[in-house]
Amino acid sequence: MKYKILNFLRQVGLLLLVVWTVVSLVTLLIELVPGDPAIAVLGDNATPEQINNFRARHGLDKPGFFFSYSRNEELNQGFEEFSRTDGEKMRRQQQNFLANFFENIAIEIKLREFKWHGADNRYLNYWKGVLTGDLGRSFKTDRPVLEMILERYSNTIEVAVAAMFIAILIAIPLGVLAGTNKGSLIDNFSSFFALLGISLPGFVIGPVLVYIFAVKFEVFSATGNQYPEDIVLPAITLGAALSAILTRMVRSSVIEELGEDYVRTARAKGLSERKVVYKHVLKNGLIPVVTVLGLQLGVLLAGAIITETIFSWQGLGLLLLKDGIGTRDYRLVQGCVLVISVTYILANSLTDLVYRRLDPRIRIS
Amino acid sequence: MNRLTYIGLAIALVLIVAAVFAPFIATHDPLEIPQTMVRFAAPSAQHWLGTDSLGRDVFSRIIYGARISLQVGISVTLVSALIGMFIGAIAGFYGGWVDKILSGYLFNVFLAFPGLLLAIAMVAFLGVGLGKLILALCIIGWVGYARVMRGQVLKVREYDFVQAARALGASNMRILFTHILPNAVQPLIVQASLGMAGAVLSEASLSFLGLGIPPPEPSWGTMIFEAQQTGFDTVMRIAPHVLFVPGVAIALTVLAFNFIGDGLREYLDPKQRKR
Repeated sequence: MKYKILNFLRQVGLLLLVVWTVVSLVTLLIELVPGDPAIAVLGDNATPEQINNFRARHGLDKPGFFFSYSRNEELNQGFEEFSRTDGEKMRRQQQNFLANFFENIAIEIKLREFKWHGADNRYLNYWKGVLTGDLGRSFKTDRPVLEMILERYSNTIEVAVAAMFIAILIAIPLGVLAGTNKGSLIDNFSSFFALLGISLPGFVIGPVLVYIFAVKFEVFSATGNQYPEDIVLPAITLGAALSAILTRMVRSSVIEELGEDYVRTARAKGLSERKVVYKHVLKNGLIPVVTVLGLQLGVLLAGAIITETIFSWQGLGLLLLKDGIGTRDYRLVQGCVLVISVTYILANSLTDLVYRRLDPRIRIS
Repeated sequence: MNRLTYIGLAIALVLIVAAVFAPFIATHDPLEIPQTMVRFAAPSAQHWLGTDSLGRDVFSRIIYGARISLQVGISVTLVSALIGMFIGAIAGFYGGWVDKILSGYLFNVFLAFPGLLLAIAMVAFLGVGLGKLILALCIIGWVGYARVMRGQVLKVREYDFVQAARALGASNMRILFTHILPNAVQPLIVQASLGMAGAVLSEASLSFLGLGIPPPEPSWGTMIFEAQQTGFDTVMRIAPHVLFVPGVAIALTVLAFNFIGDGLREYLDPKQRKR
């Protein structure tokens, strides 16, 4: 019992550590923007006043982290003066690459200065926001980022769950048929189908589906999510890869279980082959499949970015891509990446937990 | 090696030939926008696979696109495999707290991100370009190799010849690099082949989202991205080949490297043969 609790705590600790790192990375991502984010957002024509207002409004005037190790302005100017005149001559005389390299490092170290900024920095402020459910305001629309994300969140979950549903619907019958008829035509077909599903990216499957069902037969509309049936094509596109992976898993799982002793017992007591497969084999064989399903929910969330782009599905991915990256709304990008990643991590951890409950063999290991 | 492996090898060979001899195979300049512009022309004797939204020859763009795909695929696979091998080997060989930090924490952090999302985030903040794309894909790619390598090294370091080397007084580095590594890299070859498929697919995906190779470069993903820009509905109706041709190229390439990977796995692991 004691061991169990310790193990659980260790898992939770690791989970928290991972979430902390992910949030930190997302927080610091904005520091990667080449140049000044304010100018990138407002454009080159913005007046200094506009830029200052923007910085103050979004907290960009604060230092990025607790400390910085950057070039000192005064020293830097002196250095540039120097390298324009004498430095350049000296540099040219020195042809040795390695010597140059080390000299440059030495100069960098001299020019840089270690500065302590204290607690009022962007990193800590973003963290405070995250913990109080505030992901900042959008650089473009000035709306709270969390509000914009929540508006779209359900659409993405919807299409991900529908994709999963379709994947299960295809994979279990196909996998069972392939597994029980190993080496037959249907088995070969399912292997081929699985390989196709894994290799074809969504942006190839999607257009093919649109061509067949929207252009040729006009059953569904090509893009958008106005009508309830619009979900079918995106869900198939998103679920194709998953159904391929699941088919493979169900197949090998069924083959493995069919060799177990309990199957022989079930057959010996005169059960029909159908009952053996669906009552006994499938029940045991589905345990690893459940795990994969949980792990894949996260993958679906990320893959939804492509599907949503193809079908103009108004979900989180499209928000990230069009409204976020497309308009350089870095605050929105941060929020989207954060929410998708955390959802992904939580889905994975929950699966792990459920898996441990389901299969006593791996509960303590 | 089964039949599919040979099909995969054949496709890969065609791809390499196309990439190396692109200037001789291509019938047009892939970037040239002709004076008399014929947009979305259907395949014909002059344009074997038709023209795209700017009247450029699709066939020539596909041929040159093989260069980009292979360039990204090979460099991402090489760099991330090397990084992954090194970190995985260190984790597996030293064990203890080194392993706890590396495999217990670092691997988990990188596995915790959905791969594509991390690449998208990096490109979103860094900006687009070939070098940045390769960097982003390496950052998401190395951890797969590292995990395989760690597992292998954990296994191999218990073998008797490692004990023998240690008894003879070999240094840690010597044991790791001359005794353990050569005996541990086999599964990495499979991983690399599958990783190559993954890298080509990721490049195409990012380019499709407009975050990979910027136009007008003839990357296959970028070609689909450009076709989409004209309006998905319209293109599907008047010139579906502009979408399908690069799509087929991507699918065949990914399929080929997956075939090769699966074949190698079977070949290297006798337990899986004949199944």
